[in-house]
Amino acid sequence: MFNQPSPHEVKILTRRFGVENSFRIDVSLAHQGYEGLKKAIAMGADAVINEVKASALRGRGGAGFPTGMKWSFIPRTSPKPKYIVCNADESEPGTCKDRLLIQNDPHSLIEGIAIAGFTMNSNKGYIYVRGEYRYLISILETAIAEAYQHNFLGKNIQGTGWDFDLHVHSGAGAYECGEESALLNSLEGKRGTPRLKPPFPATHGLYQSPTLLNNVESFCAVTHIIRDGAAEFAKHGPEKSGGTRLMCISGHVQRPGVYELPLSTTLPFLINEVAGGLRPGRTLKAVQPGGSSSPILLPEECNVGLDFDSLAKAGTMAGSGGIVVLDDTADIVSYALRIIRFYQHESCGWCIPCREGTTWLKKILERLDRGEGSMKDVDLVGELAKNMFGRTFCALGDAAAWPTGSIVKKFRGEFETKLATYQAREISAELVTIG
Amino acid sequence: MATTTAPPSVINAKLNGQDIQTKPGTLLINLTKELGIEVPAFCYYEGFSLQAACRMCLVQVNNSPKLLPGCTTIVTEGMVIETESPLVVEARKSMLEFLLVNHPLDCPVCDKGGECELQDMVFKYGAGESRFVDIKHHEPERPFSPVVYYDPARCILCYRCVRVCDEGYGVNALGVVNRGVLSEIAPNLGDQLNCDECGACIDICPVGALTSHTYRYKTRPWEMKHVGTTCAHCSNGCKTTLGVRNDEIMRANNRDASGLNEEFLCIKGRFGFDFNHHAERLQSPLMRVDGELQPVSWSKALAAVASKFNAVKSAGGKFGVVGSNHTSNEENYYLQKFARQGLGTNHLDHARTGDVVTLVDALSGKNGKLAVMADLYQTKAALVIGSDLAQQHPLLAYELRRNFRHHQARVYAMTPGPVREDSYAVAKARVPFGEELAALESWREALAKEPELLILFGDSIKGDAVRRLVDFGESLGIPVKYVALVDYANSRGAIDMGLVPELLPGYAASGQPGMTLPEMLADPKLDVLWVVGADPLAGAKLAGKPFVVVQDLFLTATAAAADVVFPAASAYEKKGTVTNVTGELQRLNAAVKTMGTKPDLEILGLLGKEMGLDLGIWIADAVLEEIRRNVRGYNVTMPILASGGAALTSPVNGRVNVASRPELIRSAGDTLFTSGTLTKYSQVLNSVPERPGQLYKPV
Repeated sequence: MFNQPSPHEVKILTRRFGVENSFRIDVSLAHQGYEGLKKAIAMGADAVINEVKASALRGRGGAGFPTGMKWSFIPRTSPKPKYIVCNADESEPGTCKDRLLIQNDPHSLIEGIAIAGFTMNSNKGYIYVRGEYRYLISILETAIAEAYQHNFLGKNIQGTGWDFDLHVHSGAGAYECGEESALLNSLEGKRGTPRLKPPFPATHGLYQSPTLLNNVESFCAVTHIIRDGAAEFAKHGPEKSGGTRLMCISGHVQRPGVYELPLSTTLPFLINEVAGGLRPGRTLKAVQPGGSSSPILLPEECNVGLDFDSLAKAGTMAGSGGIVVLDDTADIVSYALRIIRFYQHESCGWCIPCREGTTWLKKILERLDRGEGSMKDVDLVGELAKNMFGRTFCALGDAAAWPTGSIVKKFRGEFETKLATYQAREISAELVTIG
Repeated sequence: MATTTAPPSVINAKLNGQDIQTKPGTLLINLTKELGIEVPAFCYYEGFSLQAACRMCLVQVNNSPKLLPGCTTIVTEGMVIETESPLVVEARKSMLEFLLVNHPLDCPVCDKGGECELQDMVFKYGAGESRFVDIKHHEPERPFSPVVYYDPARCILCYRCVRVCDEGYGVNALGVVNRGVLSEIAPNLGDQLNCDECGACIDICPVGALTSHTYRYKTRPWEMKHVGTTCAHCSNGCKTTLGVRNDEIMRANNRDASGLNEEFLCIKGRFGFDFNHHAERLQSPLMRVDGELQPVSWSKALAAVASKFNAVKSAGGKFGVVGSNHTSNEENYYLQKFARQGLGTNHLDHARTGDVVTLVDALSGKNGKLAVMADLYQTKAALVIGSDLAQQHPLLAYELRRNFRHHQARVYAMTPGPVREDSYAVAKARVPFGEELAALESWREALAKEPELLILFGDSIKGDAVRRLVDFGESLGIPVKYVALVDYANSRGAIDMGLVPELLPGYAASGQPGMTLPEMLADPKLDVLWVVGADPLAGAKLAGKPFVVVQDLFLTATAAAADVVFPAASAYEKKGTVTNVTGELQRLNAAVKTMGTKPDLEILGLLGKEMGLDLGIWIADAVLEEIRRNVRGYNVTMPILASGGAALTSPVNGRVNVASRPELIRSAGDTLFTSGTLTKYSQVLNSVPERPGQLYKPV
């Protein structure tokens, strides 16, 4: 646990957090563990999919695609093997929820994956864990071993005649491998570069077979949705963004942390009530509401709901649920550089605009951050971001270009000030030398 | 109107305001190509997997602000496509700007300068000035192998090299390492290549990132003249285009994809031309004076040989004439004419490498049974018997593999050891030479279910075995075509031109007794041994003491034992035609000249003239006319031949009525890195670490 829970939280996915040894299966079983799986088996596959659809659950990885619809795309009767893959490659800066779910309640994840496995008539699942989350692997492996012992995994699960094996696979430290098709390549032992789409993983995923790929939080949500019913989950959010979400708030707030909140929560409420507001005497400068990939919001744009559609309407996105708050002490030029440094480092190199664009942007922003360069460079940053956006092979290029473009557009004045201050300092230093 | 569920047979769309129609499933980039509209691309390469990595081919579809890559977008009904809208033009320009961020502008010294796709595209679509003012990322260039160099800074990561190596050749020796802007192409051994050393990666590279060690920093493309000819090495008959400057071959490639091999070349075709400039090339006739070979003038050497030949002829002496697997059809035809009409002898032979004769005989009366190169790419099923195809017949292997990749051809491999075809064959069997026919029975059922079959067989199937193989093939009840595999550039032409005692040109029985090559060497009463482009005395001894005349490029074992040696021009120095393993007739064109040499045809003509014989003029085109008139199957259409393409020799039908002497047929078993005598004189073939290689090499 990072932080003290907030009284505003609605604890569904995090309900077992704080219970001693919550990662053990006996503790989980004492708190309704695997009831969802048993219920799913009793309901049958079609009913499970309908239930997930009814919950209005949207993918918690970043794109926010309706999970139930994704589940219905899988050709369940295909003669090929069907795979369930859990994306635990949580790498988006500002996002740190999946690790808590795995750390505190691995069994709700395993249960969700098993429900998906049963529903898709699959016999094999993989959890692709971010390379830097190495310490989570032993937790997961222990939990999986316990689930095998209790016959929630393995052969003839709960007497249904259905077999399901679950494996943990470690990434090697590439943000790009959180992109679903790059993840599949990596899982197959190939270079972690994205694949052409279509065909989509639903039909041609792992080893060219039908593959259901969801985020950790999405699978965990399914566990609770099936156990308690779709309506119980959906009621916490607006019509098309059901349920609660683990929101990771960081930056200049008094109580940063991960809070499970209904998707009907608004951004000001999150900042001021849940996270304790800004530090005294500070004013809000900007908020990045959906991980480092999302366009930045000015204070006057912040009166917005945190569900997928509201944020999209505000010209940004809910993304992975990482909310970064900046107050007036933040140097926005440095912040832009920090973001682009990340994407430059993580660009896989597959396509030209992302590979070269992020590098070039980094070089210019480094210059600007030192106070060098000119306003022409600021314009260039905007233009390069525009030239990258929508033209890269996968969304990583967009993720780099979109926030960068928005920062330059909205904070042009900050860049001007920084350049002007630097130039003044340089000139005076020169005069001293000559004198 | 009733609606129909059948898929539409034609797709209607709008391209740059024009209504157009195309087939369902057409890629947008191919549609524009068909219509003559350029949509630039680096990573898109016809025949290889789609990448959509370079983003150069972005076009506007249905006025959407989000551009789509033309290389992965399939044209659908009602699609409105713009390839020149302001948004597309601006996107191309920005993509080139991104590409030039780290690309060194060392065009003035880059090998690719002048024929670089990046240069061309920047010229056409790029910005006039650069907005990039920072330090470029740079990595030094490094050798991947004795033939392949890599300059990471120039690399634009289009992955063409990776795909041609993996998908095209089945070698998979190139990959990508590191990520982001540090990404670069890497060889399979980490710092060096272990591969076919074919150099396909160099030619397919759109920029100067992969360069050829033999060519780099030597010349500018526009300083060369380019001569299309046929490769001098194996029997596959790849067209190769020689880049020539100052009478020196600088490089060989086939970038224009003309010829039956399109872009394919192996190490021999792309780099193995260097024997031509070897320091040991003979440049003057040699004559034995006081027991030593001394340089003499052409007139003196010709006079000496002519007078000897005339003397032996008038005395009723014995001539033995040995032809070559490398000399042109015109030379082979003229040589047999010289022997039979001029010298009155039928003691005429060459080193036979495959039993084409029995195959032609066994297929008598059946039309369309001899496969051509195109069949390798089109057949639904193929059976390879007793040949390491990827090494001995690299083009056939490439075409078969391409067929598998594009049409899922079903390949059966029956070989004594592992071969590259195993990796995709539907069935493979390890069968020792000579036992294949018995083993084939176990595949009978499977083969009979194929819609058609192409059978390729090596030198282990000869004589009666060929007849039994044809019986097997014909008993399957499906259309079957055959290829008898032979070794060298004109092995097939040597048989077709009757360089054997039992056959006249065109598989007509000679009806005359004549000595075979081993018989000549073993005959103590032989008066003259005349060797044109062969080395029969390498590892063999003469029983008698004949007067030995040799025409060759080098002082081979046979030439060293000769009384007179004529320096011959190489295949790259003369005109003529050669016939490849699948019976296709192709041009040789003179690219360079080595001072002091003459083409074998000219040597034959001059010698005939010196002897006072009337054998017809010795101009290649004139002899070809005679061949076209006289040799069955060689009446090919001239326009196809003249344009540098391959002409089809129709199968020869009718009983051959001779025994093919299977005991004389033996393949030299050359690997990818050996090429008979020429291996010794090619620096490149001797420099790669993979040499000499091994057939049926375990993986």
